Amino acid sequence: MLARSGAETAAISAAALLGALVLFGAFVALRGLSPLEVYAALFLGAFGTWFSIEQTLTQAAPLMLTGLCTALPARAGLLVIGGEGALVVGGVATVLVGATLAGWPPPLAVALMCMTGALAGGLWIGAAGALRHWRGVNETICTLLLNYIAIAVMNHLVTGPIRDFAQVLKPASWSIGERLMIGELPGTSVHWGLAFGVVACLLTWGLMRHTTFGFAVDILGGNVRAAQMAGLPIGAMVLATCFVGGAAAGLAGTIEIVAVHGFASSSLVVGYGYAGILVAFLARQNPLAVVFVAILLGGISASGGLLQRRFGLPDAATLVLRGLLFVAVLAGNTLYGRFKIFRPPAA
Amino acid sequence: MPPATDLGWWGVVIAVLGGAARVSTPYLFVSLGETLTEKSGRVNLGLEGTLVMGAMSAYAVAYLSGSPWLGVLVAGAAGAAFGLLHGGVSTLPRVNDIAVGIALFLLGTGLAFYLGKPFIEPVAPRLPHVALGAWSASPQIRAALEVNALFVVGAVLAPLLLWGLGHTRWGLVVRTAGDNADAAKALGYSVGAVRTLSTMAGGFLAGVGGSFLSLYYPGTWNEGLSSGQGLMAIALVIFARWNPIHCFWVSLLFGGATALGPALQSVGIASNYYLYGAAPYVLTLILLIASSSPRHALAGAPSELTISK
Repeated sequence: MLARSGAETAAISAAALLGALVLFGAFVALRGLSPLEVYAALFLGAFGTWFSIEQTLTQAAPLMLTGLCTALPARAGLLVIGGEGALVVGGVATVLVGATLAGWPPPLAVALMCMTGALAGGLWIGAAGALRHWRGVNETICTLLLNYIAIAVMNHLVTGPIRDFAQVLKPASWSIGERLMIGELPGTSVHWGLAFGVVACLLTWGLMRHTTFGFAVDILGGNVRAAQMAGLPIGAMVLATCFVGGAAAGLAGTIEIVAVHGFASSSLVVGYGYAGILVAFLARQNPLAVVFVAILLGGISASGGLLQRRFGLPDAATLVLRGLLFVAVLAGNTLYGRFKIFRPPAA
Repeated sequence: MPPATDLGWWGVVIAVLGGAARVSTPYLFVSLGETLTEKSGRVNLGLEGTLVMGAMSAYAVAYLSGSPWLGVLVAGAAGAAFGLLHGGVSTLPRVNDIAVGIALFLLGTGLAFYLGKPFIEPVAPRLPHVALGAWSASPQIRAALEVNALFVVGAVLAPLLLWGLGHTRWGLVVRTAGDNADAAKALGYSVGAVRTLSTMAGGFLAGVGGSFLSLYYPGTWNEGLSSGQGLMAIALVIFARWNPIHCFWVSLLFGGATALGPALQSVGIASNYYLYGAAPYVLTLILLIASSSPRHALAGAPSELTISK
């Protein structure tokens, strides 16, 4: 039965992907481009060469973590879209702590920075969970507002209190220093953040799939009344899923600092959080599927440059494809249970 | 009467009021549109995307045709098209309207950036304003009371929408669909169609609100034009308790709050610029927290609404 529902999910998700690609093809055809050539470039830019695969995996690393930020609370029935803000808060907290750790042994300092980023992101989204549970504040609007607040606070900090005036290109914070940066996975140009993302997804998958806690969260997400009747600690579960989800996105911010930039600036705000929402929905909130969907969407982002160079498409073309994919995935939800072959055989 | 050059504190008050009228227009249109949509029982969280899409299409059309009003109309049409998409997809069984809104938020901004790329440089004709201060000899008063024509339209629309929802057959149908879908069905109306039409009308208004951003204030098109105004307007509807007249006053309040920051900067208080920029979001969040309740549904909320359950 599990295999059948898995096959149904895979089939409908593939259909949604196909539908989005057809719409996108029609869209580029309006520009006088050949859809097939654009698809080919899309594939080439995402998975065609070792270089593009490395690019794709680099893009996928933060998407796995921000995907968890939406996926985990969704299991408890909350629609959290604050990954962008949690990532920024995590990144800023990482810099604040990391800048004071100059003399520390790097492994210890990196571990401390990871914990700081995760804690900051966790508290950020956890606060939204608390407001939801004890105040009835709509978590979707709340977390979206928190995104804008996080970005404004970061802009304030990097243009004033923690600004590094040696950085002239754009306002940026103090740097954590080259010594505390983590490098690439051996033999690749993909940074260690990918390993963090995959491990986080595997851990949360285990948590949701193989523990009583995960089972209880799924009851809450399926039916609040049932959870109340069973006497489950609903508030604690809402808080926990929001905290862990936010911690994942905060860790993504840490990784952007310790593996990519070394300092906080507007380079943190490139839409990883918003893409993570799509990752979670496409993965149907399953942490294991998040890994693969993040790689798929990372591929779409990675191919943006090639589409731009070869066809003169604006870089927002990948945003359009993502948006179409999101709509197609949601519309695809209506197909569940409609096909006989996926139904369990009658007893 | 004080001399024209020295209005004292009245000058500040008038400047804030004028600024409020100027900045509040997008809030007003989006919140009126969302009120109509939510009254029918749907939430369209994608109006931020619609706003950006409206701003882009209005600017492009105004530039290409030379007529800003044609731009406004096309912005509305683009918004209605997005509303149709939202309504159509949300009508399918097992599809969550809030999630569709998020998808259209992302699609709308992406599409606007994609299509609007060639229009960042050119200069489009702007919308005209109404000189409410023509009677005065004081240049400050005249400048402050230059009210945009769209603001006047919005100010007329608010009581009209209140009256329409309360006293017309269509208003009754919309409210029935929003309060009790089964009752609307029993009356012979298709709930999905009523909600989709309401979402289209709401999208039209949000698109027009977007045209204000690109054609009047700030009056340019670029990718950072809207920074969450559409989203704040949706939160504002909850605070306004789904009442169009309240939407008007709350929009003015938001416009005034946003106008206060630049005013402070103009008199020399320029530090913490970004922190003042966060003020509208923090204000929205505080109002949202204050007007929410963990125990009972909000007063005035349409009972079919997923957002208030």
